[in-house]
Amino acid sequence: MIPAAFFLALSIVLFALGVAAFFIKRDLITMFMAVEVMLSAANLAFLTFAKSTASLDGQVIVFFVITVAAAESAVGLAIILLVFKRKKSIQSDDLNVMKG
Amino acid sequence: MALLLFFILASLSAGGVVGMIVSRDRAYSVLFLVLAFAALGGVFGLLDAPFVAAIQVLIYAGAIMILFVFVIMMVNRRNDRGSEKKKSVGVFAAILAMTLFAELLLAVRGILPGMGNGGPVGGAETAGLGSLLFEKYLYPLEITSILIIAALTGAISMAGKKGPK
Repeated sequence: MIPAAFFLALSIVLFALGVAAFFIKRDLITMFMAVEVMLSAANLAFLTFAKSTASLDGQVIVFFVITVAAAESAVGLAIILLVFKRKKSIQSDDLNVMKG
Repeated sequence: MALLLFFILASLSAGGVVGMIVSRDRAYSVLFLVLAFAALGGVFGLLDAPFVAAIQVLIYAGAIMILFVFVIMMVNRRNDRGSEKKKSVGVFAAILAMTLFAELLLAVRGILPGMGNGGPVGGAETAGLGSLLFEKYLYPLEITSILIIAALTGAISMAGKKGPK
């Protein structure tokens, strides 16, 4: 029997790594992948709590989160493609039109 | 045995994310992330959630990551890799992530004593999940399907637009 604390620790580690990756990387696609990592970490926490309370509702929430993540990545990648068409670059530093 | 499996899978997934951060090439980043998500699917399996584990591997490691691979193939050019942000940004990001990590650890430590390990949810978990999805959570399910149709239509109409000439 694996204690729930281990799963929560893994979830926290993954979330922190996702935050770090989001700020360290500079191209839009990798930043977007970092967001997916954070979503997965949240899913892991949901599943841990679902198991520790012996209810299935947490798994249903994870199902919805995965669906919304799929929709989000479809729209986000389309936006990245548009940005690439317009700017010929997907580095976040090059998107400085609104910079003062 | 299960504990050993958990440690292997956990280190694979965390290591995959670290590999995504350190690798310079986007294509390698996305492959590292596929590894991380597949290992995370194994962790989900250890949490008595076989259906969610299958979904994680199929949808995340399969479909969503393939979408990323396609976009990377469309936008990757030889000359725009490397040249990371200034070092100070990395240091600040690391400090921020460590602070967040400590905060979350503190928050979790408060609730852990009251948490049981739970029993097995019951023999027919996937069947229970299905009936929960189509009874208690029927409206959210339908709304999600509308959301995903709208997102796909929007993505297609956006990506099909002609760029400015």
